[in-house]
Amino acid sequence: MLVTAPSPGEQETAAEAGQAQGSAGPFRSILEVFVENKLAVAGVGIVVFMTLFCFVGPLIYHTNQTAVNIGIVGQPPSLRHLLGTDNVGYDELGRLMLGGQTSLEVGFAAALLATTFGVVYGATAAFAGGWIDSVMMRIVDALFAIPVLFLLLFLASIITPTVPILILVIGLISWLIPARLLRAEALSLRTRDYILAVRAMGGGPTRIVLRHMIPNAFGVVVVNATFQVADAILAVASLSYLGLGVPPPATNWGQMLSDGTQYTFAGFWWLIWPTGTCIVLIVVAFNFMGDAVRDALEVRLQHR
Amino acid sequence: MIAYLARRIVQALIVVLGVTIIVFLLLHLLPGGPARAILGERANKFAIAAFNREYGLDKPIPVQYWFWLDHLLHGDLGFSLALNQSVDSLLLIFLPRTALLVGTATLLAIVIGAGLGVLQAVRRNDPDDYVLTSLAFVFYAMPPFFLGLVLIIVFSVILGWLPPTGPSGSAPFFSQFTNLVLPMATLALPFIAFFSRYMRSAMLENLIQDYVRTAHSKGVPSGRILFRHVFRNALLPLITLVGFTIPWIVGGALIVEALFNYPGIGLLFWNACEQQDYPVMLGVTLIVGLATVLGSLTADILYAVIDPRIRYT
Repeated sequence: MLVTAPSPGEQETAAEAGQAQGSAGPFRSILEVFVENKLAVAGVGIVVFMTLFCFVGPLIYHTNQTAVNIGIVGQPPSLRHLLGTDNVGYDELGRLMLGGQTSLEVGFAAALLATTFGVVYGATAAFAGGWIDSVMMRIVDALFAIPVLFLLLFLASIITPTVPILILVIGLISWLIPARLLRAEALSLRTRDYILAVRAMGGGPTRIVLRHMIPNAFGVVVVNATFQVADAILAVASLSYLGLGVPPPATNWGQMLSDGTQYTFAGFWWLIWPTGTCIVLIVVAFNFMGDAVRDALEVRLQHR
Repeated sequence: MIAYLARRIVQALIVVLGVTIIVFLLLHLLPGGPARAILGERANKFAIAAFNREYGLDKPIPVQYWFWLDHLLHGDLGFSLALNQSVDSLLLIFLPRTALLVGTATLLAIVIGAGLGVLQAVRRNDPDDYVLTSLAFVFYAMPPFFLGLVLIIVFSVILGWLPPTGPSGSAPFFSQFTNLVLPMATLALPFIAFFSRYMRSAMLENLIQDYVRTAHSKGVPSGRILFRHVFRNALLPLITLVGFTIPWIVGGALIVEALFNYPGIGLLFWNACEQQDYPVMLGVTLIVGLATVLGSLTADILYAVIDPRIRYT
């Protein structure tokens, strides 16, 4: 148990690796480091598998997800119903696929919405500067102080949720972090020499923002967007768990877990473990990917 | 340092004001306005008009905001028709319980998380480190309702060591210790994972600094370098992170309370949502917002006290 720095050998190899890739473009080098990270590749694999499972699965494994069948409620896994049936007779595996569709759709779309809005907001605030910047950031601070779940529940109890509304609500609350991040990036980039050079050559703000700031802030944005998807999926699951998700017969993993909770003591494990595992798997996958992109960015920055 | 603190406090006050504005806007977002919210959906338009006149809701919005703020500062948060109590009396009952839950969980998360982070940094790339990192990833990805469920299944259903619900009844919560374990564990574990990851990387960043090499070459014992210098430097950003994370902890508390039937303001809020009891919903949102601003401010003040560099700004 030694209190030492990482050995010089480790540092040199990292620098060499960085240098070997230094000649490649920014996206290329990120991609290369990303692919070397086994966890990240595993993450991508999981996401691809889940997407296929949820969207292509129902085409292969036909189940009836609209008609309730009280006669076969609560059956354990069998050959006819590979994961058993739930408390109103739906096939559990089919339900898992259907629930996954909502989760993934809302997750991706909400993250996209949040990131886009946040990026624009943050860049605008950084550029406006002065009191406009202060006001915009105080709004972010105030919104940030109220826990997301409270705001979500509040909004969801006023508006009856459908998938587009869920996307809107979750996206409109998650934009705060990308906004802050992008503002910090924009502010730090503003003082870099090459920006001053562009200005000296007569480049206007649009050119600076579009051709210089956004590509350079790109890495940070991508990292954050990946984590946003994970958070959005968790948010949708939480909302559905608390009963404010999409109305039946549509479903969501969170809602399935909420239904399954009632049967914990009855031992209906097939209603609980598969759903929970799916949620954890996909969130872990996105976290792996986000971490890997972040590490890749750091390697790139090390030999700048 | 005084200048820094003064600036932070002013900033916090502005944010608090912002929170009140947001809650006020939420009140007016409700379909039909606050009149419909409080009188119920079936109120006829004469009742609504009378309500509006009495509560000054026909005046311009900034004036209304001023009246509302005035009420607020006198402690009047509204009246819950569903529960037949004033909102502030409800908060007085439920808030301390959530404070107990959130406070203990945060403390546990900081202490255990920081400790694990140090351990992982010192033993980096050992099997211990990999196991802890993997566990951290899993706990961090688990939604609180699933984690709580797993804990209930393992510790209540299978092992039978701990009861599956939170504390209840009139006995003081401190005495119902076994009922408190699972809720606190469920709330704390994801944040232990989060803080330990952060602490680990902060420690690693510090371990490669030149001052560590210098201290070694001066013959300072390893343990002292670790605890007196590296740990303290890594702890600083963790404090700011904790302040930043408090909204998430409170949000997690809501789910934990719903799962374990723990009678705190999270459960109060959730029940109010289901019954559309808007005065309670608004009151809780306001208080929770204020609490997190306070938490953030405390973290920043603590940071200013500990970090000597701030004293000169």
